[in-house]
Amino acid sequence: MAASLNGKAAVVGIGETAYERGTDKSALALQLEASLKAVADAGLEPKDIDGILPYASGAAVAEDFITNFGLKDVTFSATTPMGGASCVAAIQAAAIAVATGLCRNVLLPIGRRGYSDSRVASRVAAMPQFHVVSEFEAPSGTIAPAQLYAPMARRHMELYGTTADQFAEVAVTMRRHAMLNDNAIMQKPMTVEDHHASRMICDPYRLFDCCLESDGGAAVVISGADRAADTRRPVPILGVAEGHPDSPSVITQRPDITRLGLAKAAPRAFGMAGVGPEDVDVAEIYDCFTWTVVCQLEDLGFCPKGEGGAFVEDGRIGLGGALPVNTHGGLLSQAHIVGMNHVCELVKQMRGEAGRAQVADAEIGLVTGYGDLGDGSLAIMGAAA
Amino acid sequence: MSAARPAPEPTIDSKPYWDGLKERRLLLQQCGNCGLVRHYPRPMCDACHSLQVQWIESSRRGRLYSWTEVHHPFVPGFREEIPYVMATVELAEGVRLQCQILNADPDALGLDLPVEIVFREVQDGLVLPFAQVV
Repeated sequence: MAASLNGKAAVVGIGETAYERGTDKSALALQLEASLKAVADAGLEPKDIDGILPYASGAAVAEDFITNFGLKDVTFSATTPMGGASCVAAIQAAAIAVATGLCRNVLLPIGRRGYSDSRVASRVAAMPQFHVVSEFEAPSGTIAPAQLYAPMARRHMELYGTTADQFAEVAVTMRRHAMLNDNAIMQKPMTVEDHHASRMICDPYRLFDCCLESDGGAAVVISGADRAADTRRPVPILGVAEGHPDSPSVITQRPDITRLGLAKAAPRAFGMAGVGPEDVDVAEIYDCFTWTVVCQLEDLGFCPKGEGGAFVEDGRIGLGGALPVNTHGGLLSQAHIVGMNHVCELVKQMRGEAGRAQVADAEIGLVTGYGDLGDGSLAIMGAAA
Repeated sequence: MSAARPAPEPTIDSKPYWDGLKERRLLLQQCGNCGLVRHYPRPMCDACHSLQVQWIESSRRGRLYSWTEVHHPFVPGFREEIPYVMATVELAEGVRLQCQILNADPDALGLDLPVEIVFREVQDGLVLPFAQVV
């Protein structure tokens, strides 16, 4: 039987800065601010942190937190370099660390100036995981995620009849949810027609199919189950997994470009949690692009491959629908904090503290990460005690 | 003067591929042990783990596996080229290639459309493969 982390760890604290387009704070300052909030939310003090998992492609390393917090004995640090899958993959690493007793309270911080500093094409070109794309595809004209992922969406449309209307359904739903959230950047209503009228970026992706570039910081603290019981409102981690697709460094050579690493991770996480997709009350799904949500719904097992487009229709992924998705507005309309904002939102939902976006009686929730050309990660959480 | 394209930095493993393009030949790696063709160039065969490699010349025949019409120039070197169509081409040898299509009518593209690979020198010393609808 596979090793299980079910019930061994909990998210005990979350912290978020204001999410903005334009900031005078450094990326390090943003994540220190978010980290302090997360530590305080847990009812801990910075000195209680003895494990640090910073965002691998970000602006800070574990040493920055040791220095600024004056930590005296950090026993575990690591990174999970999986692009947008990093933050949720770090939950798995943190759960392992606290479950073994290697450390007690692990900080997962991220902060970025995605709007105010360099934009996505130059950021990814600098990531070592992109070296194959940089050598063999960038010279021909593909380097930005929109360019790399558009052919996946196009093939899905050709094979399964997925439509731009269905992409728009995702974008419009995220916007509607963002408008319930005071810390969401996009507050102007969006219609399907607005989506179709937005300018083409990389066919089939229009501007409103693409996530935001944002400034902000977010952090969570994860503790072992025994210690978590003493914190304010611990949210238990029931299942967690990461998955890497075949041909992980380059989409072009992947046997099936419409299937993500998440498809490998999902059965493991659900198996660990002892629940199935039918038990999930709320899902925070990494939404760098609209189609990425459609594909992940399939790879998670909410519907068969090819039926994700139909799945998002008829309000199913909106609040009040069968599976509310990205109740905070997501990367598409809240902010791009590499999905740590999704983790924070799921914790709020599981605590019943999600405000106007609260899903009533949410008992099982999941959060995914997607990035680095197809890596996937997910965590399944239960309601706070 | 227009901005340069991002130029490749060939490695020990990939240099024959880039040298082949300069001679307008599309070279692919074939495992020296089990004969599997692979792309992009790398040291090891993922089927048999042999480090022996030989280079074969591609038939340059393939079919369209997917595509995207690019309208936004994410890097300065492509500002004057937009819109252009990036193709994912499945070659007859079973591996795929990412390249621009020269004569694409975006509305006439479809899965499995037959294409051939041709070559263009896009800037001094940089020869790249392009797809052409046949």
